[in-house]
Amino acid sequence: MQLQQALPELLTKIADDELIIGHRNSEWTGLGPVMEEDIAFSSMAQDKIGHAWALYRILQEHFGGGDPDHFAFMRQAGEYKCCHFVELPIGSYEFSLMRHFLFDHAETVRYQSFAQSSFVPLQQLAGKIKGELKYHTLHADAWILQLCTAGEDSRQRMQHALDQCFQLAGGIFEPGAGEALLIAEKVYPGEEALCEQWLKNISHVIEKAGLRLPQMTTPVYGGRTGQHTQHLQQLLNEMGEVFRLDPEATW
Amino acid sequence: MQTITTLQAVYNALEHVMDPEIPVLNVLELGMITDVKIDLEGVHIKMIPTFSACPAIDLIRENITNTVERELQMPAIVTVDKEVNWNSNRLSEEAKEKLRNYGIAAPVRHEGDVSLDLLEKANCPHCGSESTYLRSPFGSALCRALHVCRQCGMMFEQFKPL
Ligand SMILES: [Zn+2]
Repeated sequence: MQLQQALPELLTKIADDELIIGHRNSEWTGLGPVMEEDIAFSSMAQDKIGHAWALYRILQEHFGGGDPDHFAFMRQAGEYKCCHFVELPIGSYEFSLMRHFLFDHAETVRYQSFAQSSFVPLQQLAGKIKGELKYHTLHADAWILQLCTAGEDSRQRMQHALDQCFQLAGGIFEPGAGEALLIAEKVYPGEEALCEQWLKNISHVIEKAGLRLPQMTTPVYGGRTGQHTQHLQQLLNEMGEVFRLDPEATW
Repeated sequence: MQTITTLQAVYNALEHVMDPEIPVLNVLELGMITDVKIDLEGVHIKMIPTFSACPAIDLIRENITNTVERELQMPAIVTVDKEVNWNSNRLSEEAKEKLRNYGIAAPVRHEGDVSLDLLEKANCPHCGSESTYLRSPFGSALCRALHVCRQCGMMFEQFKPL
């Protein structure tokens, strides 16, 4: 595989993760347990979709990709490279909160590594995003700690959410076909290294919260090669509904 | 000499472009302008968004173009500068004073990297107290966080340090 193929693959999977989790998080708008949470999930959704857009833009400018909006909304489900974890419906609040915690720490580790990337557009984007991500992990950590120390029932529900999410979260680090080349070219250190750093970072919070970290035995792979849950197609139908009414419209 | 006065004229015009979310601050005070050049084509202005997903960025860019073209009667070409990242240290002292008068706490100055305890720190814009706590890192706009003052009991927004 050539770098000209490996790089767009990497960009697409990260962007698709951000786009899809952004849309999922936005579903909390109007439903949050308290007003601040409503606002927080909406704000983070906006950030994620903004990051996805910036990555699609890099694809367009450097790899002859299509218009970012078109690329975001008009592909078939099999052409998306997002992991299963981000596709799943929002579920209970503790599920969404745990997903946000696990995903945002992974995203932070990823962009921290991109800050040293040999691929300049990615390095520049990382510089822009990493400060913003601090607020996402600060938010996640604060709620995890608060809910886990709010009583036994609450802690148990958070533990259940963690057990439910953990193997799925492993899918964020599914290695891609061009992995070895991307590592050799110093684009980034590779999924295994990111996963290791991620485990280290989340362990601190998990421990402080009094939760048990499961073993990563069967990470849920498939998303990076275009295999998805049925939930993705449903979400895509919804996401693209307005766009498909008139793809040429300008806003 | 001609060029110097004209550059000054561009900056004067930019002073009239206000942030749609915080209408007391202009784009210069916010530190959003990274470069201004003039050539035969017109005025070239480079700008940066405060937060990368800021929804107001296109509107601001349009406002810059329109204002400069209207006040200087020459074409303005406004582009986003990818080489410079915005951070809250770019806010001028004047801007921070205006923010406080507007009822929004100003971001604390930092040494290049924002630490966690710094994010949680804000002085109450109502009574000036330092005894405050972070209620939520997300407020009514991406660039704002919600804090509560222990002294006067008021909730207030802070322009986030970044
Ligand atoms: Zn006060």
